[in-house]
Amino acid sequence: MSGMIIETANNKWEVICGLEIHCQIISKSKMFSGASTEFGADANEHVSFVDAGMPGMLPTLNKMCVRQAVKTGMGLNAAINKYSEFSRKNYFYADLPQGYQITQFKYPIVGEGKVTIDLVDGSSKDIGIERMHIEQDAGKSIHDMAPDKSFIDLNRAGVGLMEIVTKPDFRAPEEAGEFLRKLRSIVRYLGTCDGNMDEGSMRCDVNVSVRKVGEDGYRTRCEMKNVNSVKFVVQAIENEAKRHVEVYESGGQIAQETRQFDPVSGQTKVMRKKEFAHDYRYFPEPDLPPLILDDAFIEEVKKEMVELPDAKKTRFVNELGLTKYDASVLCENKEIADFFEAASQGRDAKKVANWMMGDFFAMLNEKKIGIEESPVSAENLGKLVDLISQNVISGKIAKDVFVLMVESGENPEKIVEEKGLKQVTDSGAIEAIVEKVIAANPANVEAYRGGKTGLMGWFVGQVMKESQGKANPGVVNSLLKEKLG
Amino acid sequence: MTDLTELTIAEAREGLKNKEFSAVELNKAYIAAMEKKREYNAYVSETPEVALEQAAAADSRYRQGQAGDLDGIPLGIKDLFCTENIRTTACSKILDNFIPPYESTVTAHLKASGATCLGKLNMDEFAMGGSNETSFFGPVKNPWSKDMALVAGGSSGGSAAAVAAGICAAATGTDTGGSIRQPSAYCGVTGIKPSYGRCSRYGIMAFASSLDQAGPIAKDVRDCAILLRTMAGYDPKDSTSVNAAVPDFEKFLGADIKGMKIGIPAEYRVDGLDKEVAAYWDKAAEMLKSRGAEVVEVSLPHTKYALAAYYIIAPAEASSNLARYDGLRYGERVNGRHLDDMYINSRSQGFGKEVKRRIMIGTYVLSAGYYDAYYLKAQKVRRLIQQDFQQAFAKCDVILSPTAPTAAFPIGDENMRKDPITMWLNDIYTVAVSLAGLPAMSLPIGLNSAGLPLGMQLIGRYLDEESVFKAAAALEKDAAFKRMK
Repeated sequence: MSGMIIETANNKWEVICGLEIHCQIISKSKMFSGASTEFGADANEHVSFVDAGMPGMLPTLNKMCVRQAVKTGMGLNAAINKYSEFSRKNYFYADLPQGYQITQFKYPIVGEGKVTIDLVDGSSKDIGIERMHIEQDAGKSIHDMAPDKSFIDLNRAGVGLMEIVTKPDFRAPEEAGEFLRKLRSIVRYLGTCDGNMDEGSMRCDVNVSVRKVGEDGYRTRCEMKNVNSVKFVVQAIENEAKRHVEVYESGGQIAQETRQFDPVSGQTKVMRKKEFAHDYRYFPEPDLPPLILDDAFIEEVKKEMVELPDAKKTRFVNELGLTKYDASVLCENKEIADFFEAASQGRDAKKVANWMMGDFFAMLNEKKIGIEESPVSAENLGKLVDLISQNVISGKIAKDVFVLMVESGENPEKIVEEKGLKQVTDSGAIEAIVEKVIAANPANVEAYRGGKTGLMGWFVGQVMKESQGKANPGVVNSLLKEKLG
Repeated sequence: MTDLTELTIAEAREGLKNKEFSAVELNKAYIAAMEKKREYNAYVSETPEVALEQAAAADSRYRQGQAGDLDGIPLGIKDLFCTENIRTTACSKILDNFIPPYESTVTAHLKASGATCLGKLNMDEFAMGGSNETSFFGPVKNPWSKDMALVAGGSSGGSAAAVAAGICAAATGTDTGGSIRQPSAYCGVTGIKPSYGRCSRYGIMAFASSLDQAGPIAKDVRDCAILLRTMAGYDPKDSTSVNAAVPDFEKFLGADIKGMKIGIPAEYRVDGLDKEVAAYWDKAAEMLKSRGAEVVEVSLPHTKYALAAYYIIAPAEASSNLARYDGLRYGERVNGRHLDDMYINSRSQGFGKEVKRRIMIGTYVLSAGYYDAYYLKAQKVRRLIQQDFQQAFAKCDVILSPTAPTAAFPIGDENMRKDPITMWLNDIYTVAVSLAGLPAMSLPIGLNSAGLPLGMQLIGRYLDEESVFKAAAALEKDAAFKRMK
């Protein structure tokens, strides 16, 4: 797919975009203290003396956060740096108790990598990863609880973050959206971040500039902080790019600045001009020695790596015969992929995929529930497919059985047994019904024999009705053909 | 009975074991002395009730034959060490009335081995100073000076003066650029700054994290050995503490120093070196030589850059370490209309002049555009200084130098007030050692013609406190310095 081009009377402009994504690391305790990272506790319940910036307190690195970062780096096909360093980023704010954030500056833990995204036209594109570093989160300032006071909640202060910086490789807003979905899928597969943008466990800063098609180098970019949904990211890029073009076309210049995206208007507005940019006075964190990873540790993490969505998708297509589309839908979410694999174990995977893409997802959508809450287990869905394959029930009856499974959570075999829905394949029994139908409808029999072969469908319907849908449609068809001549 | 406050720790320990006196009696003697000698301004918080309670507990352990290494020994604690439920201020207005809910690792070790706490000792504000004049509580008076006219040195001025005056059996100190050694020299007592990482920094208010080290200030070398063994040790709560076995330093005392190589750095014969100090330096070398040690000339070519590097690195770290004192969560708060006003008001009124000077220098050298020229260059110098010592220690086992170029100077010295650099010059022999992270001890060598004590410094290889103690014990014996009565 070619990128987004904004055409004006005289020029064609292309969009250049890069992302910086903060992912909250899944770990039991914070990055530099033993306090819990549990979400939803009362304000300031998970705050250690370290997190509160008490005098004389020192950070100690949580190895779990390092492990998670290395795992994520591997998921981004990125270089793992055996040597990295922590730095202090100094600034004053009420929710930053130490007066500095411990982050990585010059030597990040993860270097260059790439993530492949699939575009709507079926093509794919590699997005370069510039680096990924780990750092601590700040607390939260709450300004709307009292007119003349601000409140500080330090529960989040010190929670581990991974900051992923992409190269300016996006040429269309949708590419950025697709990348975010892909990244979310990767970190969820890895269990390193829950990827919930609306809860703030994944936050995105967007850098946008434009240039004339064919122009070399980059023009001034603007950064939009904390755009908190995929939809808004797409919208922010589109509108910001248009703004740049309008400014240039009217003879103006873009100033390097930090802007804020307003989800209501869809527009961006100035937050901070460059001349007011902080001087963060980065320097190496003297309380923590450099982080040195040995080969054994890296190997250990490698062994813990799970199959990632791309690899899984390829396997589903190549080994299970799924279509690319079905495979990518089933692989986006690890829980869905796991469910599918459990359900299709030892049976025709394509048929299971059809069921999941059809009635099953429709049911989840209708109930507005996630797959983990599904009343139909993977095992039972698999059994339902078996019942069809083994001609115990027809595809049509199966749909009814599925409805009963959703209601009761029961095993389909039990439902079929109890409700007497077993398909009749005994040709003797079916023959009796066929004969009965033929005898009862002489006029139609005559019409059929006179050339109105289209009536065959009507006869099948009558037999099925008479058998309460349980007759095997194949047997019915061949018997009717034989009897009607 | 002799005055109990004249006993060294080793002597007092014997007396307690032999039931010559009780821990309560020992503590009462010190408490009486402490209350009698308040004119030195050595203590900023007295905790006689804490000491007596601890002494009573120590006595019961002596009765049960379960006494710890330091049971019942009354110590003074520098006010930089956080002590649980005891006011800890760093002698700064900004922490006036700060009561930590936790104990520093070093004081916890001392407490666990039975030492009692007489109170908290005066110091330069946040350990920034070489005369104890920057303390919010006013300067400590050197017990050796007539008319209370001379400084005790700094920053551990209260510690050195209290030991000299016999108002604690020994004290804890911290040393960033000479803060244990220089006041020890001025007050005629013995202090050791161990190798960086020997003692945990957990719970010690940070001045310059990469330089700060705790150590004892005591009446003699043996007491330093006894205390250091308890104070030192790996602490998982301080990532920069070293995981190395702590030897029984006492057993090195009295060892034969025949064949030991004593290095004399040529570059330490600086212009400002007092003639009497220089003479004692030669005399000390002679004393070691007469015991069979070999005196060799060594070169530390980058010495002349040490002060400049130190006064960039230490303030840089300090400017960040002291950012947490913002009036928000604890300590002095001076409200303002906005958050920024509150920061400015609290910090302007809470910090003294020297602390502000160093915060400004530190902020400056870390600023964009100056970082490379100052901070980065200073770090390079630091590495060169470390290499200087490595090369010197290829030729010798310990280095002998004066601790400070002069004896104690007057309080309120006009030159120093006008030009703070002249004050910083007192650190010339101590800062290079700190930058290199090496162990160094100051011990009294004799009195000058004005009757003031002078100190010699013995510097060892990294983690080789053993050689320092060996040489110091020999020198101490020959110097036969008479403690103040």
